[in-house]
Amino acid sequence: MNHSRAEVLVLEAKTETMRWRKPALSEPSFRRILSVAGAFVLLLLLAIFFSLIIASYPAIQSFGIRFLFGSTWDPVRSEFGAFPFVVGTLATSFFALVISVVFSIPISIFLGEYSARGTTATFIKSMLELLAGVPSVIYGFCGLFILTPLVRTLEMKIGVAPYGVGIFTASLVLSIMIIPYSASIGREVISLVPSDLKEAAFSLGATRFEVIRKVILPYAKSGIVAGILLSLGRALGETMAVTMVIGNSNFIPKGIFSPANTLASVIANEFTEATGSLYLASLIELGLVLFIVTTVINLIGKLIIRRMGVEG
Amino acid sequence: MNRSGRSLLGAEKKKVIVLIAILLVSIVFGGIGHAKDVELIGAGATFPYPLYSKMFDVYNKESGVKVNYQAIGSGGGIRQLTNKTVDFGGSDAIMSDKDLAEASAPVLHIPTCAGAVVVTYNLSGNLKLRFTPDAIADIFLGKINKWNDRRISEINPGVKLPDMNVTVVHRSDGSGTTSIFSDYLSKVSKEWKEKVGGGTSLSWPTGLGGKGNPGVAGLVQQTPGSIGYVELIYALQNKMPYGMVKNKKGNFVTATLASTSKAADTNLPDDMKVSLTDTDAPEGYPISGFTWILVYKDQSYGDRTEEKPKELVKLLWWMTHEGQKYTEPLEYAPLSKKAVEKAEKLIKSITYKLSTVMK
Repeated sequence: MNHSRAEVLVLEAKTETMRWRKPALSEPSFRRILSVAGAFVLLLLLAIFFSLIIASYPAIQSFGIRFLFGSTWDPVRSEFGAFPFVVGTLATSFFALVISVVFSIPISIFLGEYSARGTTATFIKSMLELLAGVPSVIYGFCGLFILTPLVRTLEMKIGVAPYGVGIFTASLVLSIMIIPYSASIGREVISLVPSDLKEAAFSLGATRFEVIRKVILPYAKSGIVAGILLSLGRALGETMAVTMVIGNSNFIPKGIFSPANTLASVIANEFTEATGSLYLASLIELGLVLFIVTTVINLIGKLIIRRMGVEG
Repeated sequence: MNRSGRSLLGAEKKKVIVLIAILLVSIVFGGIGHAKDVELIGAGATFPYPLYSKMFDVYNKESGVKVNYQAIGSGGGIRQLTNKTVDFGGSDAIMSDKDLAEASAPVLHIPTCAGAVVVTYNLSGNLKLRFTPDAIADIFLGKINKWNDRRISEINPGVKLPDMNVTVVHRSDGSGTTSIFSDYLSKVSKEWKEKVGGGTSLSWPTGLGGKGNPGVAGLVQQTPGSIGYVELIYALQNKMPYGMVKNKKGNFVTATLASTSKAADTNLPDDMKVSLTDTDAPEGYPISGFTWILVYKDQSYGDRTEEKPKELVKLLWWMTHEGQKYTEPLEYAPLSKKAVEKAEKLIKSITYKLSTVMK
């Protein structure tokens, strides 16, 4: 059959529309697949939570609320309390957060606004990603063999007990580990500030610094805080790097240079050798405490973000 | 642009389904190895892992039987044996009554070698120190805070001890090394027994924690004025100084392979569930201990056929006889003749369905 050019075009158009009317995947089923994926994540989270509760039930039964405030961790007498580890976890994470924010916000401003393109920007961006990709054991080794002697010399100069390991060292190592998370999210958010807002400010005579302070940062505030929250979550759960440099002392830390212990570090250290169901259940309850602490902090963070505004 | 777009998608779908099916089949059936090769699985203590590694490698070459040992720690070994997921467990600590109750069947403790725990320290000046049981207990209880304390200097006359703080280093993870050390301290110090006790994980009154023997060794090497405890092998390999310890008979003994073996030269009970710490042997090093292989006395549990118990018994016999020649090159103390005799009796008592495995 010899069709004219016009007839061929009409035929093709018809086939196209026919295919349109019968897509391979319909809109409702596509939405269903997406909601199943979302529900799956929620189910997984609930499953983790409930399996933690079930496995730590012997400890919950024996200790009750005392577990959260007890300061003894005695496997020989089966007396377990999580308080020193909660203090250690919160102390190292928040201190690390403070240190990392000092670096990550300037980095995100630099990469998002000042030098968004060009070789310097690409180089720094890739270095940031590399930093995020270094395994935590390597951070632990570097902390133990390079940072610890330095901190020890500092402690000897100040006149504190020269352990080298402790909350200070662990926080330093953690802060370097979490910088990439807040920096990259901060950079994204800052670069997404609408340019007409910035241009309007410039046209009114604002300096670059004023634009950053008065236009960009207020707009990107909630996004930056979200990035910081993500890095805090990472810091709370970090195990390997922390356990190598925190000193593993099961006492409530007295100062920034004392050795301490964190929830994740205790679990990692004692889980394989734990004999006795109460010991095991207590270790799992530590995991449950960590889970709850992380969730609570995330919720508080979300509240802060919502208060700050809807952008970002 | 063709009308058969949808059937192409169907063909693709079919290919993916076939691929997944092939993958599943190969996973399921690839696991079925040669039914003839017997493989024994064990798990447990990290202390004898270098020795077992060598032993099982040699045994495989000589007999063709593959032995897979996972060094997950004494506690893990006991747990896996209780769950019957392994053929044998490895432990530096004797199973407690609680553990035995959970196992609900008699478990034999067959010794394979002995090791020593040494007290290592970091002081300048190449000092060779001597320790008494009380001094060690007081240091690790946190009661002695300075190196030039009278309690240390009076047992080390002529040694110039510095005016430095004592930093105690212990294990942060559960370990058989800690078990041997704390068992010794519980025997020689009433205060230790009351305050801390013995076990693989303790509530240490003072000090920093290092992960594993290498962790403790590393911390001691790095922290001036520190003192810690490690397996003899680690101190030897890292060339760290360690002190002589006064034993029960009043002699200051240096930890060597010979003095460790001598510590085992005492009255050994038939079930070999004996602690060698604070030994009566006059030339024995007081902080020594056996490491054991744990097996169920009655091998007819679960769906075990006679094959595995036979190979297990052969392996245990080999480990306590021909395998002993691999202990000393790796810096482990071999079993004494008395210990081997007791082990033989234990191995001969392993049964399968009411008859002993070893005929």
